[in-house]
Amino acid sequence: MTPAAQLTSVMKTLADPTRRAVFERIVGDPEIAATALVKGMRVSQPAVSQHLRVLRDAGLVMERREGRHIYYRPAPKGLAPLIDWLGHYEKFWRERFENLEKLLEDDE
Amino acid sequence: MSETHAIVVEKVLPYPPERIWRTLTRSELIAKWLMPNDFEPVVGYRFTFKTRPMGDWDGIVHCEVLECDPPQRLRYSWKGGSESNPDYGARLNSEVTWTLTKVEGGTHLKMVHDGFVFPGNRFAYEAMSPGWGKVMDGIARVTVDAATASEGPAGGMSMIRKSV
Repeated sequence: MTPAAQLTSVMKTLADPTRRAVFERIVGDPEIAATALVKGMRVSQPAVSQHLRVLRDAGLVMERREGRHIYYRPAPKGLAPLIDWLGHYEKFWRERFENLEKLLEDDE
Repeated sequence: MSETHAIVVEKVLPYPPERIWRTLTRSELIAKWLMPNDFEPVVGYRFTFKTRPMGDWDGIVHCEVLECDPPQRLRYSWKGGSESNPDYGARLNSEVTWTLTKVEGGTHLKMVHDGFVFPGNRFAYEAMSPGWGKVMDGIARVTVDAATASEGPAGGMSMIRKSV
């Protein structure tokens, strides 16, 4: 995926409140079984499975299968696209602020 | 729940507020340090900044003057970008606020660019990217110290969060 597609995908994936709740449950534990996730949510098992697939495809969670069980854990770099986005603007303003200072100096 | 994140840059500059205000509000001066624009210091006035086009975004930032209180406070909306872009080209519906406070030896200038909507809460970010939350808190604390210090030029940069 391109950086743009990654950012859009992370944003869209987490825009859904139920999916975000599933994600936050996963983030709160080192690893959690799919069955445990379903128990804690007021959503049907198929709906949770669907959300888990979308989270996995967006690179936000990782999946591990063991026998009949599936476990989920947060993907280490899952939120990097959001952080890069903010980082870009941070750099932009730092540079513009320097320009502003320079302009004020030269204007003396 | 979502959180908006803001970028904050602030510094004490050795000039009176009126002089800094001029560079923030005169179109030809803004063009020299920020971007080409058709700004006018009138509340309700709609203007644009022009930057490099990216993807299906024409590079135009659409703005409206929301507050203009010379030489203390200037606030404008900042909308642009496209969902198909990363970084500066990504869709953004935000606000920029400039605050000028007269201090001994000059002016404390502060810029807040607010409206970077991150879904979820900070705990998720902390857990996902260890250190990220701590880094943000650390920078924010340094900046607060700098802002409250009464002497000498101080500067800093931080990001602040709030829930929406």
